[in-house]
Amino acid sequence: MSAAAPLDRGGPAQPLLTVRGLVKHFAVKGSLFGAKAMVRAVDGVDFEILKGETLGVVGESGCGKSTTARLLMHLIEPDAGTLIFDGETVGDGGLTMREFRRQVQMVFQDSYASLNPRLTVEASIAFGPQVHGVQARQAVDRAHGLLDRVGLDPSRFAGRYPHELSGGQRQRVNIARALALQPRLLILDEAVSALDKSVEAQVLNLLLDLKEEFGLTYLFISHDLNVVRFMSDRVAVMYLGKMAEIGPAGAVFDKAAHPYSAALTRSMPSMDPDHRTEEAPIAGDPPNPINPPTGCRFHTRCTFAESVCSTRVPALDPVGPEGGPSHLAACLMHEPGSGHSKAEAS
Amino acid sequence: MSEPLVQVRGLTVSFMGGPSPIRAVNGVDLELRAGETYALLGESGSGKSVTLRALMRLNPEKKTRVEGSIRVDGQDVMALNRKQLQQFRGKTLSMVFQEPALALDPVYTLGQQIAEAVAIHEGVSHAEGRKRALELFERVRIPSPERRLDAYPHEMSGGMRQRAMIALALSCRPQVLLADEPTTALDATVQIQILLLLRELQRELGLAVIFVTHDIGVAVEVADRIAVMYAGRIVETGAVRDIIRNPSHPYTIGLLRSRAHGALQKGARLETIPGSPPDLANLPAGCPFAPRCRYAIDQCQTVTPEPVAVRDGQIVRCLRVGELEAV
Repeated sequence: MSAAAPLDRGGPAQPLLTVRGLVKHFAVKGSLFGAKAMVRAVDGVDFEILKGETLGVVGESGCGKSTTARLLMHLIEPDAGTLIFDGETVGDGGLTMREFRRQVQMVFQDSYASLNPRLTVEASIAFGPQVHGVQARQAVDRAHGLLDRVGLDPSRFAGRYPHELSGGQRQRVNIARALALQPRLLILDEAVSALDKSVEAQVLNLLLDLKEEFGLTYLFISHDLNVVRFMSDRVAVMYLGKMAEIGPAGAVFDKAAHPYSAALTRSMPSMDPDHRTEEAPIAGDPPNPINPPTGCRFHTRCTFAESVCSTRVPALDPVGPEGGPSHLAACLMHEPGSGHSKAEAS
Repeated sequence: MSEPLVQVRGLTVSFMGGPSPIRAVNGVDLELRAGETYALLGESGSGKSVTLRALMRLNPEKKTRVEGSIRVDGQDVMALNRKQLQQFRGKTLSMVFQEPALALDPVYTLGQQIAEAVAIHEGVSHAEGRKRALELFERVRIPSPERRLDAYPHEMSGGMRQRAMIALALSCRPQVLLADEPTTALDATVQIQILLLLRELQRELGLAVIFVTHDIGVAVEVADRIAVMYAGRIVETGAVRDIIRNPSHPYTIGLLRSRAHGALQKGARLETIPGSPPDLANLPAGCPFAPRCRYAIDQCQTVTPEPVAVRDGQIVRCLRVGELEAV
């Protein structure tokens, strides 16, 4: 691409994005007698995205993974929380929202709804750079270069409208558009979930290539654990608006510290006709986030739950020497002195 | 062996009304015996759901041209009149849909919906129907079933609604259960519960099941046999083990290889199938997969491959199937 690579201010050890105490509660219509209910969609979430990594986020519907993504982009205003982008606080006299959004871009699940139906592909991609002060001519050139890079021949595709493309092609356009501002962080919110399997693989490969070529960092949100494992360096597991576990992908998938992460990985179909799943790892549906369970939110479905789990909220703490400080879980079994029979006495 | 419970021969389904007909199903043959679970596996537009709907004559009659023969339990489905069709649906064959929130009636409780179906089909009282509904709710393991019978669909979680939908589908003791992506809208931990429930019900009630899915992992969990569909045809069919271990059609091979899974090296690239599925209003001549197939030869562009048996019960539609064994 034409412009120079964006400046790396804080050096490689500085996390690209630090998220502290992110909270979003949505008010929902109360009952007949007026009590207002709150959906605690994201309820105090902390994490870091390191430079050059792919952080995967998994969890079931209502766990807050998509809300978290939207809060990061300020597509929804958070109730509380701090974002630090490469050492600079976002907003509050630090990095402006406009500059933050140039450096952080997002690709959504619905490839059609996220494109303007009245703009050609080329105009959609060139729109962002023009808003940010790039000359129209240059912006269009950049759009052509990106189309070529995502595997769409500009001479054939630049003048097309979104409805003239297949789902896979549209998602390529969305990726090109996200890259047009030369961002450093790409948030991919179920970006391949709506695609057919044979097309999904093509787009995943493209994402890996682009990451290498442009030195990108990804926040990769998906409900498909196989895909998250394939893409991610580290994985965060969310449950009902809280972080349950975060750590290296291999550790979270193979040596999960939180019973929920373990149940989630064991719920994946086995792919082996001789060893089919014989027992469901956990019973029931995820509870309603309007009235989440007290204490550890997972205790209503957890096989290890004891009475302490319904009263004490677990902290997100490092889980032992194997995991190291990079592997954290919020479970009373790993919290010394928590009162759970499997926890060490303090 | 006895006559199969479901026998489909040369089924074609085209949707009219557009500038040119959409050829959704282009010659499907399938047989299903009592107690057998068959998975139709394919991507969107492969014709798997349309095939399933054709078995129940659910495709809109005015806009659809259906040809071929469908026999279920000795009845010629294409020849059924309105009244016979009403008896046939629910009693011989019934269906579980992907989105129970849309398939269930929002203004009646689940108890009312099930009791009504039983009362109409079997000519029993409503109270008798409700008793059956309670039995079914216990059978599909809905907790506190008595109370849940009086719940409206919106008062239940997604997994509970799908259990209720299964109870409704089983209410008139069908012989064949059709399931159209019944777990696609569910979370992973709930999906596995529903798959295990379907497997258990199938075994205990001796049901024949046709299960439509786009997820090969789901198919492996539930099915005895898999039929892989592409562009309205079954391109490969066989026992689950044979399809997974010895896939023989280039499309099946490609699908299995392009799957992301844990054993892959970090940073490795997936093997992909190039291109995208064909436009059903404008199908290419010859093998519809040829434009995406890395093994295609000139002949593939002109000759439609006939089914060839590669091993016992495994049938493949590919001109090069003999030569590919070694690849």
